[in-house]
Amino acid sequence: MNRFLWPLVAFIVLVGFLAVGLGLNPREVPSPLVGKPAPAFSAPVLGKPGEHISPAAFKGRVWLFNVWASWCAACREEHPLLMELARSQVVPVIGLNYKDKSPDAQAWLQKLGNPYVASAEDGDGRISIDYGVYGVPETFVIDKEGVIRAKHIGPVTPDVLEKTLLPLIRKLQQ
Amino acid sequence: MKKWLLLVVCYGWLACGWAGEARPIADDPVLEQRMTGLAEKLRCLVCQNESLAGSRAGLAEDLRREIRARMREGLSDDEVIEFLVNRYGDFVLYDPPVKGKTFLLWFGPFLLLLAAGGALLNVLRQRRQQPAPGVLSEADRARARALLSEEGEWK
Repeated sequence: MNRFLWPLVAFIVLVGFLAVGLGLNPREVPSPLVGKPAPAFSAPVLGKPGEHISPAAFKGRVWLFNVWASWCAACREEHPLLMELARSQVVPVIGLNYKDKSPDAQAWLQKLGNPYVASAEDGDGRISIDYGVYGVPETFVIDKEGVIRAKHIGPVTPDVLEKTLLPLIRKLQQ
Repeated sequence: MKKWLLLVVCYGWLACGWAGEARPIADDPVLEQRMTGLAEKLRCLVCQNESLAGSRAGLAEDLRREIRARMREGLSDDEVIEFLVNRYGDFVLYDPPVKGKTFLLWFGPFLLLLAAGGALLNVLRQRRQQPAPGVLSEADRARARALLSEEGEWK
């Protein structure tokens, strides 16, 4: 009996590791910025020449920071959800227009709808690098003190919204 | 005559072409070399199995630009690495640093090797203690003698 016990235990342990490992996404890079203050910047506002926007303007409110681009296919996937979120007025959504051209970006918003309170232009991607962005779309949840509380990589899905983001937002808004 | 003329025309044509030496794209080759040397130790986050130096991804070009800018500002190699790790985490380094979290990653295989080696030694030791097949222990030998000397009860 003892002969079979140790290999069985080893097998079960291995199966445990595999079960966890296969559920993980190997391409996901966890962000070291969660729990740290959102990096400061001052960027031109998309569609409003002369105006600038910075994260300090949103202190005192919980807000979503969504990195998007008109050339990004996956951004279209999450767009309806962001529109719904904006309509529900649960939390303001601020956009970061990543490496895009202003006319293209504005046309995209005009065609599909604009869920953003405002979008910051990040034509050369420098602001995004400060936020550890490595792909589009990515979404940050930032609290009232301006600290990044969560980062979601990839398009926001209803599942992620319901189970992860909205509960966190509600908790932070209290 | 025609062939000779053709040859002359061809040579003449070729002689008119001027090939210049390829100009290096970078303005500062020393900085470029330093940047490339560092970028080779970093991972491209988009094509995650390529180095930052070799990757052609947009983000890789942006990050190389940032590295050049930081180096021009006077940051040391370590400070540039810190700049990137602060934003992207340890994953941006090709060599995971040896610290508490990565202890298992670095030494796990050796620990497993030791464990497996120990198990092997154990099995061998157990095998040595067992009598070899075909060699009877004293008790078994006596029993065999007793059984064989019994007369024909089992037919």
